[in-house]
Amino acid sequence: MHELSVAMGIVKIAEDETKKAKAQKVTLIELEIGTLAGVEFESLDFVWPSAVKNTVLEHAERKIDVKKGLALCADCDTVFEVQHFYDSCTHCGSNLKGILQGKELRVKALEVI
Amino acid sequence: MCGTCGCGSEEGGAKIVMPNTGKKHQHGDHIHSHGHNHSHDDHHHDHEGHHHHHHAHSHDGHHHHHHEHDHSHSHKTVLEVERDILQQNEIMAARNRGYFDAKDVFALNLVSSPGSGKTSLLERTLKDLKDKIPFYVIEGDQQTLNDANRIAALNVPVIQINTGKGCHLESDMIHDAVKKLHIQNNSVLMIENVGNLVCPSMFNLGEHKRVVIVSTTEGDDKPIKYPDMFHTSDICIINKIDLAPYLDTNVETLRNNALQVNPNLKFFEVSATKGTGMEQWYDWLEQQVQVTSENH
Repeated sequence: MHELSVAMGIVKIAEDETKKAKAQKVTLIELEIGTLAGVEFESLDFVWPSAVKNTVLEHAERKIDVKKGLALCADCDTVFEVQHFYDSCTHCGSNLKGILQGKELRVKALEVI
Repeated sequence: MCGTCGCGSEEGGAKIVMPNTGKKHQHGDHIHSHGHNHSHDDHHHDHEGHHHHHHAHSHDGHHHHHHEHDHSHSHKTVLEVERDILQQNEIMAARNRGYFDAKDVFALNLVSSPGSGKTSLLERTLKDLKDKIPFYVIEGDQQTLNDANRIAALNVPVIQINTGKGCHLESDMIHDAVKKLHIQNNSVLMIENVGNLVCPSMFNLGEHKRVVIVSTTEGDDKPIKYPDMFHTSDICIINKIDLAPYLDTNVETLRNNALQVNPNLKFFEVSATKGTGMEQWYDWLEQQVQVTSENH
């Protein structure tokens, strides 16, 4: 259940940034999470209410921009979609690849009042 | 403990314990508040246009979800944060790494599912090499001092982190534990993570190499069932190799599955209890220690 640690990380960032901006609370939080980031979205939903209780995020709306996995084949330079780390190149079948997108785990923006 | 989400907040988080003294150190950096509000009405996955700075003029008298009654304007400001969620863990990991590098300490993070033989492998390694290389050990488990006591019996300095209900070690726990170990220069730090093939993969502890241990009894498809851990590891130790003839596990398939997830993995096939294949692992370890001290 590392999603709780992830949620607590989000809360910490929101608390810090809200304080820095001398705002009271967050009305909207925009997250960017890749499908290869190791976060189970349902688990994050489950821990969210507990994690944000009594914090600036308690009543915030949450938007998640889900980034699909993209990789660049190291052998033939094909860019292809990956669901799993073990997906091979769709063009040449090689396992050697660089992940271009999908490992994002980021707080993009906060709307504060 | 928290029965809602399974974290150890109610116990005050992770505890760092010295096996010889039994002295406990609270790890109190985690603010966990748990209500019992399980409403799932906050899942907004709509992706309509993003408002990037608008002023909402909220006039009182209208129904407001936020129960706010400010009589002037409430200015909504959009902060472009762009911060990594695990940034705090990465920062502490970088601090740990800086400390290790400055002291020429070669740090390993041992990860695996429970029962793969992490502690046995560690015991064997320490027993055989402790006269050549100074070792230090951090043991991570949810409960008990059992593993730390096994290591302490070999007269190797060890500290136990009990994560309570926590499922992985984080870099700030290592930071606190390392301060109490008083590590000498030119040594090896072995961090045995909590037995869990999922969660520890996301948490960099500042280690130089991550070692995933998989035993033949776990089946040859483990790497593709738990790809994240194999993807983030540098070394893969296949343990209990002596049992392979009695099992359906095909070691070659296991290796290929692991390589499919991470083509850069380096393998060692060992039996920690029988001592088979340990020489190659020791050679590599000694080589790394030499490289670490030469680089600084």
